[in-house]
Amino acid sequence: MMRLKKSAMALGLAGLVSAAASTSASAAGELTLCWAAWDPANALVELSKDFEKASGTTMKFEFVPWPNFADRMLNELNSGGKLCDLLIGDSQWIGGSAEGGKYVKLNDFFDKEGIKMEDFAPATVYAYSTWPKGTPNYWALPAMGDANGWFYRKDWFEKPEIQAEFKAKFNRDLAPPKTWTELKDIAGFFQGREVDGQKVYGAAIFTERASEGITMGATSALYSFGFNYENTSGKYDMEGAVNSADAVKGLEFYKELYKCCTPPGYTDSYMGEGLDAFKSGQVAMMMNWFAFMPGMAKDEKVGKVTGFFVNPGEKVAASTLGGQGISVVANTDNMEGALAYIKWFAQPDVQKKWWSLGGYACHNTVLNDPAFKDSQPFAGQFLEAMGGVKDFWQEPAYASLLQAMQKRLHDYVVADKGTAKEALDALIVDWTEVFKEEGKL
Amino acid sequence: MSDVRTTGMADRAVLATPPSMARRVRGLSDRAIAWLFIAPTMLLLLAINIFPLIWTIQLSFTNYRANRTAEAKYVGFDNYVAILTKSDVWEAMQATAHFVIWTIVLQTVIGFALAYLIDRKFRGHGFWTTVILIPMMLSPAVVGNFWKFLYQPQIGLFNYIISFFTGIPPSSFEMLGSVSLAPWAIIIVDTWMWTPYVMLICLAGLRSIPGYIYEAAEVDRASPWRQFWSITLPMALPFIMLAVLFRGIENFKMFDMVNLLTGGGPGSTTEVASITLKREAFEKWRTGYSSAFAIILFVTVFGLANIYVKALNRVKQR
Repeated sequence: MMRLKKSAMALGLAGLVSAAASTSASAAGELTLCWAAWDPANALVELSKDFEKASGTTMKFEFVPWPNFADRMLNELNSGGKLCDLLIGDSQWIGGSAEGGKYVKLNDFFDKEGIKMEDFAPATVYAYSTWPKGTPNYWALPAMGDANGWFYRKDWFEKPEIQAEFKAKFNRDLAPPKTWTELKDIAGFFQGREVDGQKVYGAAIFTERASEGITMGATSALYSFGFNYENTSGKYDMEGAVNSADAVKGLEFYKELYKCCTPPGYTDSYMGEGLDAFKSGQVAMMMNWFAFMPGMAKDEKVGKVTGFFVNPGEKVAASTLGGQGISVVANTDNMEGALAYIKWFAQPDVQKKWWSLGGYACHNTVLNDPAFKDSQPFAGQFLEAMGGVKDFWQEPAYASLLQAMQKRLHDYVVADKGTAKEALDALIVDWTEVFKEEGKL
Repeated sequence: MSDVRTTGMADRAVLATPPSMARRVRGLSDRAIAWLFIAPTMLLLLAINIFPLIWTIQLSFTNYRANRTAEAKYVGFDNYVAILTKSDVWEAMQATAHFVIWTIVLQTVIGFALAYLIDRKFRGHGFWTTVILIPMMLSPAVVGNFWKFLYQPQIGLFNYIISFFTGIPPSSFEMLGSVSLAPWAIIIVDTWMWTPYVMLICLAGLRSIPGYIYEAAEVDRASPWRQFWSITLPMALPFIMLAVLFRGIENFKMFDMVNLLTGGGPGSTTEVASITLKREAFEKWRTGYSSAFAIILFVTVFGLANIYVKALNRVKQR
């Protein structure tokens, strides 16, 4: 019995010591920032070293691979976990996180610290910070501008024999496409061709089923063809917008591109698979986020032979929005430290360094700098893309809306189920059901 | 009903307790000591089985969402009606049934055949038994990932083997991306992984048949074929049925392998019930709805398993 008592006391003491240790670490200023595991996250680790030096805070990072990012982080927020003090969450989460009290509203803090939203690109403030959309209620600071863009093999495009053959076939020079029709011509031209002794394919596009891949990919075509979510903004009147003739054409086109011009087995592919296909010299063009362009430009193998172009238009110029804002998680134990990080991050000098390290700053000081366009081979395209971005629903029920679209698009594009019109009609039925459940219809 | 059962258990525990034990613990009756021993297990069962089950049943009658702050509203049987009338759910149930039936058929036939072969004592049969058992010792995550590579149309070994035997170009078919092949791709992997398990149970059944029965049959000049149908199969049948029960329950809940190989795709072709349930519960956060779905699945498995166990008992009594 005495032995038991002693063991219990030892255990209790150990528990107290460890609790005290964790409290003192927190008091000394430890912050955990959560984000996706990708190239820009490494740049942020580098950038945050300046914050550590300036504030004495120890920065910890929790980066989750993209396919699991939403699941992992939304579970964390919904379960009231204390893993993250700061979260760079996807733009679509803002409605749910704001209404669910998961993020801290930053208006008072911005006013107190003199942080002005007018100093950031309007499209990024609208998409990454505001809820309800477009109102001056801020839940995040624009952190990482991003849009879906394109990468291409400059060296293949410049080969004289390929150029000559392309011109003979299409009666125009082989150059980065301005429209989706041109893009499909180029992709079809390269499909199955032998380049440098290797069989290559046309384009790597998004077809992933589980998370958001095919939606992000297909909307890049849909937006350009004239797809809209509503006839009147905020009215949820989707009939005639979601399934308009233009939208049907856009979806049919995306399927044609998938069928004609992607590598074999490209049925469930997103960012990682695209990067693999492009870097290994399998495809002439790759759809992927601007966020990967700095890393690709520096890539030892293909960096010098890679060019970039903005998402082609068809009826209108438009790009699918990516990117995120940085938010303070409401139940953080280190609110002061988290807000101090936001204040530091919003400084123009920090934003400049962020861009130089490979992060897409959204601050006007960076974007309006006359030298910005020439600072990187993709900087001009980034500005152009951000001028015409469109985002998915940012409603609190965004996950239900997204899953419905993933299913309908994958069923039609990859699994050959029904027609484009039927897929979009079914999507309206799904979305109507969700909005009815939400009490918005 | 449960009180009667637990009292019975307590009484049995009392009977099993040596008298010296009661004498050692002063001031406690034998019954109290019995309860003391049973209590931790009972509490654990209540905490991790009974309480969540009751909680889930309660949630299934509400519109509760775990990611919202709004109060849950009682919606009666709405969730159950919505699930049972939704075509997507029935498609998922069909995909589940296709997967369960074919994996059971293949695993039982191949598993029993392997057990029958292994049961013949031949040189190196111990080594081959170990080799055959390897797949079931691997983690499903590992199996899912490496089969994904094997099925890759450009570099995958599986496509090259098929190409070698049939002459079909390896890049011309996609095991995981084709609507007609993807369900079979998953069945192949599950069969590869779990046939050894069925084999093991069948082997136990075959080894339990006393040798003198075969000796008597041989004295009666029964042919090997006759011996198989009249002795081997009937006597091993309870074991085979047990293996079918285990695999059936397990595959009805199948999630990991499907999630790793196809994620339910292409489209919704391989979206089995557990994938749909996960999407509703942890992606769309429709907690009430997904609780109702979980209860429906639970009742289905529980009901089918009970009917099956009754049949199994009848076979054993023969």
